[in-house]
Amino acid sequence: MPEQDKHKNEWPLWEIFIRSKAGLDHKHVGSLHAADAQMAIENARDVYTRRMEGVSIWVIESKNIHASDPDESSSLYDPANDKIYRHPTFYNLPDELKHM
Amino acid sequence: MTVRDFQQAFDEKIDKEIAIEPRDWMPDNYRKTLIRQISQHAHSEIIGMLPEGNWITRAPSLRRKAVLLAKVQDEAGHGLYLYSAAETLGISRDEMIEQLHSGKAKYSSIFNYPTTSWADMGAIGWLVDGAAIMNQVALCRTSYGPYARAMVRICKEESFHQRQGYEILLNMSKGTEIQRKMVQESINRWWWPSLMMFGPTDDDSPNTEQSMRWRIKRFTNDELRQRFIDVTVEQCKILGMTLPDPELKWNEERGHYDYGPINWDEFWNVVKGNGPCNKERIATRVKAHEEGAWVRDAALAYSEKQKKRNNKTDHQAA
Ligand SMILES: [Fe+2]
Ligand SMILES: [Fe+2]
Repeated sequence: MPEQDKHKNEWPLWEIFIRSKAGLDHKHVGSLHAADAQMAIENARDVYTRRMEGVSIWVIESKNIHASDPDESSSLYDPANDKIYRHPTFYNLPDELKHM
Repeated sequence: MTVRDFQQAFDEKIDKEIAIEPRDWMPDNYRKTLIRQISQHAHSEIIGMLPEGNWITRAPSLRRKAVLLAKVQDEAGHGLYLYSAAETLGISRDEMIEQLHSGKAKYSSIFNYPTTSWADMGAIGWLVDGAAIMNQVALCRTSYGPYARAMVRICKEESFHQRQGYEILLNMSKGTEIQRKMVQESINRWWWPSLMMFGPTDDDSPNTEQSMRWRIKRFTNDELRQRFIDVTVEQCKILGMTLPDPELKWNEERGHYDYGPINWDEFWNVVKGNGPCNKERIATRVKAHEEGAWVRDAALAYSEKQKKRNNKTDHQAA
């Protein structure tokens, strides 16, 4: 089969994010195929929340997600690398000091 | 970076137990092995619905029917988690379905055996899901991130599958003489194929070493098989039934049960397509897929139309 025929009629792929309970962030749980957003939400309910795992569902068509390149992660995160003073443990304070 | 650097970085991650994620560099064969294993696993979940689906309309009570439906629906979900994990490696869903239908891709041989009595719903839950769980728990720490995450999700759902099966057998084993006979007969049929689910012996499994090195596999086939036997023998005692292996005997020295020879000719014969239900299983899947084609096309056409309509109204509003 030529490459484009292999998934000619395939429904688009959607990434699914579920908020497991009020107060928490939506978290990526996986993907699924659906013809449109409404169907993606309904399928996500059936696939990812059969045991009340969620109170809210986000669906995003996979092609709309932009991701950082893992091979460039060393340069991408370089600015954060040498700034240990951003962490509270960088500061040397006496043990008697409380509530800080 | 050169390929050698990439390879080195990859090996280091594996050694440090850092998960490999979809966009990370990985050796071609690692990718291929995963695609084969994950898609095979997905196909097993999907085909695995058929032997049990056979009994949904004939479940002996509403409770049993609701439970069996929920279990079979879970298996569909497991198939989807796994297809979705495999797709992160660059194979499309349609390609995988095509490979299943053409026979290019395999699925677990156990599902090529028929379900001839209600007791089989019990034996499958207890033994087949039990063996699958043994495998899947080990895979929760597999090196490929999306596969491991799918496994964690699946394992959470599996334990009810095994318990409902065992409960069926337990109830029947306290029933009439005929029911007790049904249970024993069912165990006799499912025991050996369940042991074969772990795959060929380590000596006969040439890919195991590489898969262990890549930490795709965490235990060998024989290790997992032994573990399954050790726990299942004890569970069988509570049922008051026997396992069809006269050589099954506790070995004090090894700290494990010894067991008789597995009929690998039968195993390979079923793998090659000559099991009792191979043709029927694939034919059922192909039929369902073909008969569902118009639904998939219609849904796609509808969404295209909606999109166009929305675009138009957007323009008009502007
Ligand atoms: Fe499953
Ligand atoms: Fe299961």
